[in-house]
Amino acid sequence: MSAHRQTNSEPAYNFAYLDEQTKRMIRRAILKAIAIPGYQVPFASREMPMPYGWGTGGVQVTAAILGSEDTLKVIDQGADDTTNAVSIRAFFAKTAGVAVTTATEDATIIQTRHRIPEAALQGHQVLVYQVPIPEPLRFLEPRETETRTMHALAEYGLMHVKLYEDIARHGHIATTYDYPVHVAGRYVMDPSPIPKFDNPKMNDCAALQLFGAGREKRIYAIPPHTQVVSLDFEDHPFEATKFEHPCALCGATMSYLDEVVTDDKGGRMFVCSDTDFCEGRRAAGHHGHLYGGETLSKEAAE
Amino acid sequence: MYVAVKGGERAIANAHRLLADKRRGDREVPELAVEQIDEQLALAVDRVMSEGSLYDRKLAALAIKQARGDLIEAIFLIRAYRTTLPRFGFSEPLDTAEMAVRRRISATYKDLPGGQVLGPTFDYTHRLLDFALMATSNTEAPATAPHEPDVAMPRVTDIIASDDLIERNPPGVPGAEVADLTREPLSFPADRDLRLQNLARGDEGFLLALGYSTQRGYGRNHPFVGEIRLGEVEVELMVEELGFAVPLGDMTLTECQMVNQFSGSATEPARFTRGYGLSFGHCERRAMSMALVDRALRAEEFGEERKGPAQDEEFVLSHSDNVQATGFVEHLKLPHYVDFQAELALLREMRLEFTSKQNPETLEAAE
Repeated sequence: MSAHRQTNSEPAYNFAYLDEQTKRMIRRAILKAIAIPGYQVPFASREMPMPYGWGTGGVQVTAAILGSEDTLKVIDQGADDTTNAVSIRAFFAKTAGVAVTTATEDATIIQTRHRIPEAALQGHQVLVYQVPIPEPLRFLEPRETETRTMHALAEYGLMHVKLYEDIARHGHIATTYDYPVHVAGRYVMDPSPIPKFDNPKMNDCAALQLFGAGREKRIYAIPPHTQVVSLDFEDHPFEATKFEHPCALCGATMSYLDEVVTDDKGGRMFVCSDTDFCEGRRAAGHHGHLYGGETLSKEAAE
Repeated sequence: MYVAVKGGERAIANAHRLLADKRRGDREVPELAVEQIDEQLALAVDRVMSEGSLYDRKLAALAIKQARGDLIEAIFLIRAYRTTLPRFGFSEPLDTAEMAVRRRISATYKDLPGGQVLGPTFDYTHRLLDFALMATSNTEAPATAPHEPDVAMPRVTDIIASDDLIERNPPGVPGAEVADLTREPLSFPADRDLRLQNLARGDEGFLLALGYSTQRGYGRNHPFVGEIRLGEVEVELMVEELGFAVPLGDMTLTECQMVNQFSGSATEPARFTRGYGLSFGHCERRAMSMALVDRALRAEEFGEERKGPAQDEEFVLSHSDNVQATGFVEHLKLPHYVDFQAELALLREMRLEFTSKQNPETLEAAE
């Protein structure tokens, strides 16, 4: 990925697309969100040149915090080369001329959809989540007026009843992604549709975590080193998803895996969803049982 | 061996190139000019301007061309452009009583000052395909009548109001702030100004269905079309430095004033109530639908029981925007394999538990 910089590559638009007044409005919302961890701050979300539901909240948050010295990484499903990640990365390369990267450790801002990178994030990094439905109580109570009151009163009984009903019916909590968390002992928060495998990474994370929901016009945040607890019961503690297989390419046993259908006879292989993590391990000499030695990274980055 | 199943930049670029090719279509057929869309698909332009919330015929026509005639896509293009425009100020309130009327009909009075003016309408046409239009048409010039500048055309609701038979519009508060959902996030409960703004940008199909539902009993409010008027209204901007309002130009508007079921109370005599619809350009269907839904959303104000979706403010206002709706529905096309993987794992676990409960021996044998 080239890291060229341009001061004004799209003169028709401001740096990083949004005008400065809009950025200031978004930054205020972000500051408020950081001050009240897990609280959903309403903000005047703008129409963006990509559709709602495709990351407009994340894009607005990124645009508001992006500086010319930043290095941006964008992932979708953990991968840098998925179409929407490519599109958003190209958007900022074009409208802001910032350096972009696929390497987690080189990035200062990482915008993500549905995953948290496997590598532990650092204090100088910001993780920006794209959020479709910011309200963890939405599917229990469709009315915003009701859910805001429930948050104000910290009235989360409905959520616990839902989790309890899961256990009564299935013997365990039947939520595998979008798994609600309790932030800093106050607000119940929707972590965005990351797999619950990623939930523990949110706790005491060194990086600032920002969440942008464009269509729903909400921003929320987890400041660095904040306690984030996945909801559970004493006798049914939270359990992250475990995989039975190692990654077929890099042999990792502690990463989240995508299941890839290899033929029409039920053939499957499991590979890391975090492409940068997987490539890094292969470069360091770790190989899975299906690793053929060719440079997948080159192909994928095209 | 593993094949790269994930999309790359080149694939995206090629897809867009193919899209541009399909947009142009057969090169033997002359390319559609933006002016042709503006002139001959004028009602599509009106809808895109209304729901795009930007009064600019040329840009709306361009958006329709770029979107290959997909109007919601065109509306989206206009919205995304509009949001980058600086805001100079707010116009003075428009006075539709001063409209240069091209069409004006009332369903409540057979005749009234200013008369019924049919104007350009599909009403009363027989919907028979006109095969003559397959070829280049030779359309005759419209019939004209002498201009009668002295004929007043008061709004029907003003006529009814003079007898105190309809609720009075609340007096305007000069300089009062008007809600703007493009600058403040929608919050509930919403006042009528905010609701009307939301409806004015709302999807025509959605408003139509909701309006229709009120007629079928889901929040019935007994509407009469007091008046629909179409024409040009002057837009003025107050320039502080000059101390007076400066005309910016004319704007074509469709206004619908519904006259609805009366209500009264111990302290107030019975009066008709109002539902209001306003749209850029010539969009009667949306103006009428908007008026029906506006009235339905005022249920609480009149102490009516809220039992239809059209009366439910959160439901209506949260789902009326087609740019939001289409984005979120279509985002399901984006990859979801991480979440799907999580569901797969859970499903397999649950099936395994099920099998072991049904058939403990089989499982043991398999182990």
